[in-house]
Amino acid sequence: MLVYAAKRVVLAILVALTISMLVFSLLYLSGDPATALAGESATGDDIEKLRAAYGFDRPVWVQYLSWLGKAAQGEFGNSLYFRMPVSELILDRLPTTMTLGVTAMTFAVTLSIPLGVLAAMYPNSLIDRTALFLAVVGQAMPSFWLALMLIVLFAFTWPVLPASGSDSWRHFVLPTVVLGYYATPAFMRLTRTGMLDVLSSDYIRTARAKGLRPASVLFKHALRNAIIPVVSLAAVQFGFMLGGSVIIETVFALHGAGFLAWESISRSDFPTVQAILLVFSLLYIVLTFVADLLNAWLDPRIRVG
Amino acid sequence: MSVVSNGLPSAQEIVGPTPGQRLRRRIFGHRGIVLGGLILSVIVLMAVLAPLLAPYDPYAQILTARIKPPVWYPGGTWEHVLGTDQVGRDYLSRLIYGAQISLLIGLFAAALSGVIGTAMGVAAGYFGGRVDLVVTFLITCRLSLPVILVSLAVVAVIGGSLEVVILVLGLLLWDRYAVVMRASTLQVRSLDFVAAAQAVGCSTWRILVSEILPNVMNQLIVVATLEFAHAVLLEAALSFLGLGVQPPLPSWGLMIAEGRNYILFDAWLIAIPGIALFTLLLAVNLLGDGVRDVTAPENRG
Repeated sequence: MLVYAAKRVVLAILVALTISMLVFSLLYLSGDPATALAGESATGDDIEKLRAAYGFDRPVWVQYLSWLGKAAQGEFGNSLYFRMPVSELILDRLPTTMTLGVTAMTFAVTLSIPLGVLAAMYPNSLIDRTALFLAVVGQAMPSFWLALMLIVLFAFTWPVLPASGSDSWRHFVLPTVVLGYYATPAFMRLTRTGMLDVLSSDYIRTARAKGLRPASVLFKHALRNAIIPVVSLAAVQFGFMLGGSVIIETVFALHGAGFLAWESISRSDFPTVQAILLVFSLLYIVLTFVADLLNAWLDPRIRVG
Repeated sequence: MSVVSNGLPSAQEIVGPTPGQRLRRRIFGHRGIVLGGLILSVIVLMAVLAPLLAPYDPYAQILTARIKPPVWYPGGTWEHVLGTDQVGRDYLSRLIYGAQISLLIGLFAAALSGVIGTAMGVAAGYFGGRVDLVVTFLITCRLSLPVILVSLAVVAVIGGSLEVVILVLGLLLWDRYAVVMRASTLQVRSLDFVAAAQAVGCSTWRILVSEILPNVMNQLIVVATLEFAHAVLLEAALSFLGLGVQPPLPSWGLMIAEGRNYILFDAWLIAIPGIALFTLLLAVNLLGDGVRDVTAPENRG
């Protein structure tokens, strides 16, 4: 287990370093970072001043190392728009995104796992077909469009929920549903497949033959094993939700990190964009790392293999 | 003397259907494939025949006829069946031309990422060892980057256009190809016919192209449909956020974005392109799921 964990730590660090290089190089995509930072109305003189101020005249690798060194200490420079440290800005906005992520995940899991289990218990039944239908429809539904349609329904036609903002829990209801629904099909399919596999295995037949109560067989024996792959998926899906939060928070004007990312991209606020991209990627790396360890702990075959 | 009258089964009955017949029967007996295929064909026809089908020029603005509702609303006329948008362009014509954009993006982005991902996945699965390590590492890195955020940022820096969106999505969406192709190649490469080809002295290139690739083609098609849908969805999202295809192109995502200001009273401006988008994605997903069911029923999820 320790060897496995150590290997995963090294891998996670290598991935994080590679990502940091990519994020850093984003500024160089336009060719000249000083021109990109200065904006369209800047004069040649302004650009030269910026170049010196930000140290763009140094070799690229020196710039990268100094940026990385500061980033490692949580120092991302000042936002070009807000004129305040990017780190403060992100710390201010991240809790909203995290709250949304957790509520959406809870929504997705509480909806999809019972559905998946029921679908696997009664294959090809009405409930199985309904679940499959929901999954197929869910995968084809553009989340931003669903968000707008829900706003029309629940904020205008039948005004029970606010259309935008982030002041109270009611502002989180629609974003949670949209972001959660987006992750539901994947969870449901995985739960269903896992349960179908496990339910046809020998030890379940044994448990049934012993005369255990059906509920006990289902929850204590079957679900516990079928749920293992769902743990990995949850980590991956949470990462996707962070990406999805950029769209959903923008539609609902929910003041989280995703909305901040979109605003900063539109304003060419590069330090903020880089920092958010790095933070989201690191969160994903940490989450998948934890999920891998959790999986290895739950399923001994992984850590040996 | 008739052959059938002697009570013996005919040759056709003894031999049974050929594999081709059986495959066709499974394809046309699969509701998802038939429905998905039908819808997709209609959308493709719509895109190809757009100049003939569209009643108006999708860019022509009639400023005196702005935001006319569709025909089934009070005040709607048959002149503009789906109404007109905020600058008086015929909505049906824009919807028809919009199919071209979605299909182009889906096709080229899925093809570009398919080439990249398949090359990486097949190489990793076939050669194993260090190649596999590097490819697996690259996949892990790619998965750590949020696609939507990276594409937004890149498009913001280099400017949005149809070509840029295709390129950015094509360079980002190769991960699933690589994962699936790697796993499938691993399975195929240990089979006897690959060993036989090696023993006969076939070149590595020839083994990859004529032994491995045909045998992972089914999985490749399934992933390609998924990524096609993924690219279409992402283009719409990017255009919706203002950092994808640029106006006045009639992208469905862009139409939804432009209709957003009228959400309160003219929600159909958003509903119509959204339904088009949903229908296309549904068709492609049904087709992909169907192909997976038909070619590998054991993988049904």
